[in-house]
Amino acid sequence: MKFVDEFRDRAIAERIVKKIKRFDSLKVNLMEVCGTHTMVIFKQGLKGMLPKNVNLLSGPGCPVCVTSQEDIDKTIELAKDENVIIATFGDMVRVPGTNSSLEKERGNGADVRIIYSPSEALRIARENPARRVVFLAIGFETTSPLIAASLLDVQKEKIDNFYIFSSHKLIPPAMEALLESKEVRIDGFICPGHVSVTIGSNAYKFIAQKYNVPCVIGGFEPLDVLQSIYMLLKQIKEKRTEVEIEYFRAVHPQGNRIAQELIDEVFEVSDVMWRGLGTIPKSGLRLKRKFSDFDAEKEFPTKTRKSKENPDCACGEVLRGVKKPTQCKLYRKICTPEEPYGPCMVSSEGTCAAYYKYG
Amino acid sequence: MCLAIPAKILKIEDNLAQVDMAGVKRQADIRMVSNVRVGEYILIHAGFAIEKIGEKDAEETLQLLREII
Repeated sequence: MKFVDEFRDRAIAERIVKKIKRFDSLKVNLMEVCGTHTMVIFKQGLKGMLPKNVNLLSGPGCPVCVTSQEDIDKTIELAKDENVIIATFGDMVRVPGTNSSLEKERGNGADVRIIYSPSEALRIARENPARRVVFLAIGFETTSPLIAASLLDVQKEKIDNFYIFSSHKLIPPAMEALLESKEVRIDGFICPGHVSVTIGSNAYKFIAQKYNVPCVIGGFEPLDVLQSIYMLLKQIKEKRTEVEIEYFRAVHPQGNRIAQELIDEVFEVSDVMWRGLGTIPKSGLRLKRKFSDFDAEKEFPTKTRKSKENPDCACGEVLRGVKKPTQCKLYRKICTPEEPYGPCMVSSEGTCAAYYKYG
Repeated sequence: MCLAIPAKILKIEDNLAQVDMAGVKRQADIRMVSNVRVGEYILIHAGFAIEKIGEKDAEETLQLLREII
């Protein structure tokens, strides 16, 4: 496949690794923020190719994983309404809430449908005019413009049985929260390629300038990731702190303006709760007041119950890069992809699932 | 979840394009990418094109990758 195969060349990968090995005097922690990067790193065996002085940490870039327990519980409550059809991306279904999961509710008769694109959620709404469709809108800046576009279509078509449960989150505030906490030393960020398609490299400038941490926006093929690591090491060695774009075949400094305008039209920035990171100011997106008719939380106020995470699940620490999955007492012993206790083991791009499958 | 896959544009009709995604024909919403033409490649995420892939940029990246210092 074009733009894929040529970026997987083994011989070139080995040459980049050789260049990486020249920085053997640097002992660094580099964080890949994006869950899709985590998957590539594990699936393609990149961790094993790197020298010991380069330690990769996985960050809070798996949308399902960072969704708060309270939000998970709310979606489960919504699913119990027999007039509601839940439309969701796949991984959300198996995340254990405090007492149940969407999958369990489906077993009890709830109508939970897994979709690939928000346009499928619209189709479900059109085909079921007597029922109400709630779309679980999770995801970062890559996904929120699509959801905004779909909602504008709903408005235009006057579909009156479609609602959004918005749990959208923004990546740069989470990176800043990690740096502010000083819990882990981060010497460089591999910034998420497809989030950056939307927000552009300029969005990370404050990280490089205020916190003196180099950033490289990387693509998702093995050569892209290795080259991003090389570029970060080069910046560190040369004592530069800049935002560089390795993935410039798709990412531009100013990002995708049309996508940004779609977000701005429909959403506004809000403080939001992240699993593992707590409430981060201005790190979420909620529907603007003029779209409140489509807001599932307003339309279906759920009973507030005390949400609780499993106290033994280390997902929160894993998301902050503080713990490796192997340091969690549930990992592999009782928490497995077949029977996950936390979202990091559920999601295909969760760090625990990546460790389990490829670690 | 932020996965996006390169696809070749086969046909364009208003805001929708027929694309070839790894040999599979699919439909993609292209309202977020401007000035795209048949034969060009776009990145598809959850049924939407999120950006055009710069062919020259891709070639330049490959040249940088092959560089031996």
